Amino acid sequence: MKKKVLCALLVAAMAAGTLAGCTGSGATDGGKVLNIYCWNDEFQRRITDHYPGYEEVDETTGKIGDVTVKWSITPNQNGAYQENLDSALLKQDDAKADDKVDIFLIEADYALKYVDSEYTMAIEDLGITSSDISDQYTYTQDIATDSEGKLKGLTWQGCPGVLFYNRAAAKEIFGTDDPAEVQEYVKDWDTFVKTAETVKEKGYSMVSSVNDTYRVYSNNVTSKWVVDGKINIDENIMKWVEDSKKMVDAGQTGTHALWSDDWSKGFYPEGKVFCYFGPAWLVNFSMAADQEGSIGNQGGWGATEGPQGFFWGGTWICAAKGTDNASEIKDIMLKMTADEEIMKGIVVKDDDFVNNKPAMEAMAEDSSYSSKILGGQNPLSMYCAAVETLDLSNLSAYDFGCNETFQNAMKNYFDGNATLDEALDLFYKAVKEKYPELTY
Amino acid sequence: MAKEQAKRKVVRYNKWGYIFLAPFAIVYLIFHLIPLITTIGNSFFENYRSGLKQIGPTFIGLDNFIELFSNPDIWLYTKNTLIMWILGFVPQIIVSLLLAAWFSDPSLRLKGQRFFKTVIYLPNLIMASAFAMLFFTLFSDGGPINSILIQLGILEEPFKFMSNTWSVRSLVAIMNFLMWFGNTTILLMAGMMGIDTSLFEAAEVDGATSTQVFWRITLPLLRPILVYVLITSLIGGLQMFDVPQILTNGEGEPMRTSMTLIMYLNKHLFSKNYGMAGALSVILFFITGALSLLVYKISDKKNK
Amino acid sequence: MGFKKKETKKGLNIHVRRFICYVVLILITFFCLFWFYILFINATRSHGEMTRGFTPFPSTHLLENWHNLLTESKLPIWNGLINSLIISTFTAALCTYFSTMTAYAIHAYNFKFKNAIFTFILMIMTIPSQVTALGFVQLVDTMHLDDTFIPLIVPSIAAPVTFFYMKQYMENSLPLSLIEAARIDGSGEFHTFNSIVVPLMKPAIAVQAIFSFVNSWNNYFTPALILHEREMKTLPILIAELRSADWLKFDMGQVYVMIAFSIFPVILVYLFLSKYIVQGVALGSIKE
Repeated sequence: MKKKVLCALLVAAMAAGTLAGCTGSGATDGGKVLNIYCWNDEFQRRITDHYPGYEEVDETTGKIGDVTVKWSITPNQNGAYQENLDSALLKQDDAKADDKVDIFLIEADYALKYVDSEYTMAIEDLGITSSDISDQYTYTQDIATDSEGKLKGLTWQGCPGVLFYNRAAAKEIFGTDDPAEVQEYVKDWDTFVKTAETVKEKGYSMVSSVNDTYRVYSNNVTSKWVVDGKINIDENIMKWVEDSKKMVDAGQTGTHALWSDDWSKGFYPEGKVFCYFGPAWLVNFSMAADQEGSIGNQGGWGATEGPQGFFWGGTWICAAKGTDNASEIKDIMLKMTADEEIMKGIVVKDDDFVNNKPAMEAMAEDSSYSSKILGGQNPLSMYCAAVETLDLSNLSAYDFGCNETFQNAMKNYFDGNATLDEALDLFYKAVKEKYPELTY
Repeated sequence: MAKEQAKRKVVRYNKWGYIFLAPFAIVYLIFHLIPLITTIGNSFFENYRSGLKQIGPTFIGLDNFIELFSNPDIWLYTKNTLIMWILGFVPQIIVSLLLAAWFSDPSLRLKGQRFFKTVIYLPNLIMASAFAMLFFTLFSDGGPINSILIQLGILEEPFKFMSNTWSVRSLVAIMNFLMWFGNTTILLMAGMMGIDTSLFEAAEVDGATSTQVFWRITLPLLRPILVYVLITSLIGGLQMFDVPQILTNGEGEPMRTSMTLIMYLNKHLFSKNYGMAGALSVILFFITGALSLLVYKISDKKNK
Repeated sequence: MGFKKKETKKGLNIHVRRFICYVVLILITFFCLFWFYILFINATRSHGEMTRGFTPFPSTHLLENWHNLLTESKLPIWNGLINSLIISTFTAALCTYFSTMTAYAIHAYNFKFKNAIFTFILMIMTIPSQVTALGFVQLVDTMHLDDTFIPLIVPSIAAPVTFFYMKQYMENSLPLSLIEAARIDGSGEFHTFNSIVVPLMKPAIAVQAIFSFVNSWNNYFTPALILHEREMKTLPILIAELRSADWLKFDMGQVYVMIAFSIFPVILVYLFLSKYIVQGVALGSIKE
């Protein structure tokens, strides 16, 4: 998510072709050092603030009992984090006990690369049962489930997304800013595209960029990117192409990248953008709510379900095979992702939407909880509903590469620099560069 | 007899050539040659990673090369690279020579030379990624360049700089130009220090015009440095990477018309495709090597 | 007679020419300094203000951004500054000294394979660094040199591009007769190199020192793969870390302040070294 801001060039690549030394042994206990690999200090702050018994020693070390916790932070830029993690994991078998990776964090975009590998331990092998984590949202587990159905990572965050609309614009266009009524205008994609015309007539863009809606379409696919080694484009993805082309040609949206200046101009009334798609963190922290004159600052956003449910973001905790701190990892996972009290603490302290149904449902019922940015609306029940319907069983390890490549290739089509066929050819070619084993 | 002795003496001195060469050779062998041999070796193998799964290495002979050459894309990327290099290099060498000539021209007596000489190199101090961030801001659809052009009545609606082949190529060239012309000027200026001042004095006494001094004295004496500038710029141009990579988010937009050879190489590195990357580097190595040697030989001959 | 005529012709031209020079120079100066200006502007703006797009006027958040960078980000920026300084200084020093030495070996001596070696170095200059970087990191790993500065500094001893420049520069500026004279005076070869050749090469060394210092200063990728310990990280890694902060902490204001902060030292180093070049050229021309 945020790491992609502005620069996100995926340079990737280092660490020469050492052969992966085969499977490591299972987990053992009693290690003196717990090594955690991550790309920023978000999880470190959560542990420091919420994990009982964690003592901070200095910025990169801590203690849990007599186990030393070592944080190894490599920024994401240019793919350096994955690069570093990959080489550490590939060396896992030969590493000294105190140097072995114990915990590493991953993001949804590339989760399956690690989940679907032998370097990640199944949760059940740590002794965590499905009843321990039954309060978590299913989608968060789908993302971290490998192709054999084994769950291999847990998260404390839920990042269900909704549609945020500009209330002033809604009043001007539809005569109402009531979420239920606005929902009627955006309830499915065909209606959404039709509404875009009306919105355009009043001088607004429907969404800032076609890349805003992409995530929603791609979260609702009915087939995987790769079927039997062949690249496969899902119907819903092609629907995105069709709808987006229509909207771009009619001037109802743009093709710029997320986080660009052009994209964020709709955070302000002068930007004349009708809606954005995103989870709670987007509207709370990334849409300039602290900035005078912005829509968020005036409480001018409304939230509604939108055409389809989706999620955006989140960080998963994985245990590395060969760890010598299995019991600590188990405890950290349980406390940080399944302990209702701690989860509530995270909501209060850090404003995360946590991965715990009872905690979030209680908050959703709470009439005293309302969002100023959303003009007093309590959106939590909407997030909860959105997340229930999400079916992410069609994720694959190729998602990260394919989604990014697809959006980039189609931009050429939308901008009129290529025909649809040319853009598709470019997509196939580019995917094959990333994954030489695929065919099309 | 004396000749013999002198010869032996020279030979004795010449062993120092090896001694002075040793640090370079040792460090090169350890830190550069081993990785290089690995690279060349890799070009004959199928060897990549899918996720965390290693595929290969399997010996496949020249298959990687055949695949690269059977694909017309490599020529497109070569063309892109050369176009963007020339677009940036031509103004760069002209401006650099012009500035170097002005700064060394005694009759002009330019004030504030120190200031100007210092300022021209400054853009090179900004990291390419930071530089690109600023370019994005300026050239975005709603950015200041577009609004100025619209206010002046030159444009009706915002021009999408990042979705047009020639505007992207030009932006890449402009960035490269800004980042490197100071570098070239400094090289030339430093080179001019080696020129004997009395030559200029003599020329002025003889009534030579500035233009004459420049073409007849400065330029010929600068030849070794000019050769250096030309060759390193050619090599740097063929290896052009960071500016277009960051500016187009690694995609060479639109439709890969601004994708350079190294950006293409980098695509293969995403999947740790050492086979293809190795083959591509071997090809690149031959192209640049041949071109550089050619330039060097030509200019060297003229020198004599 | 003819001499005088030319003199007047030149005199007529000179004002126009000088005028053109100044116009061009001022234009160029503008395009060179403009970027520093917007960097500065952005460093004075808060993250929220930045989502509004570009403005040509500074805002009021400079100190606030700086303060946030020091306290909130928790990044060891002073450590980073020192690490960057150490690495870049040693890189520049070793690179220029040993490149000069290598160039001198080729320039001043005659030995077997001299031309072959020269051609060989020219050839390796053309190898794209991106490719060997892969094997390089692996090598560093097997040598257990990660988390040290050695793999970032020592390889610069073998810098073909710098060598090539030194070699070209010597062709014009280092007459072999000078070395002969030193030999006759009984100076040892090594002593001749250090006390005669190196001082003569000062402008070239200054130029290449700047280049390699700046290169090393702005290098992100290799250090990011070799340095993992927090205290060992360099400034570009810390900037990247700021940019990959999570959404609660992400703050472009801090990023720009950090970029501005990390440019300062390199400007100072540049001003210091450029003295040798700028003064040198002034000596080369007649007056001033």
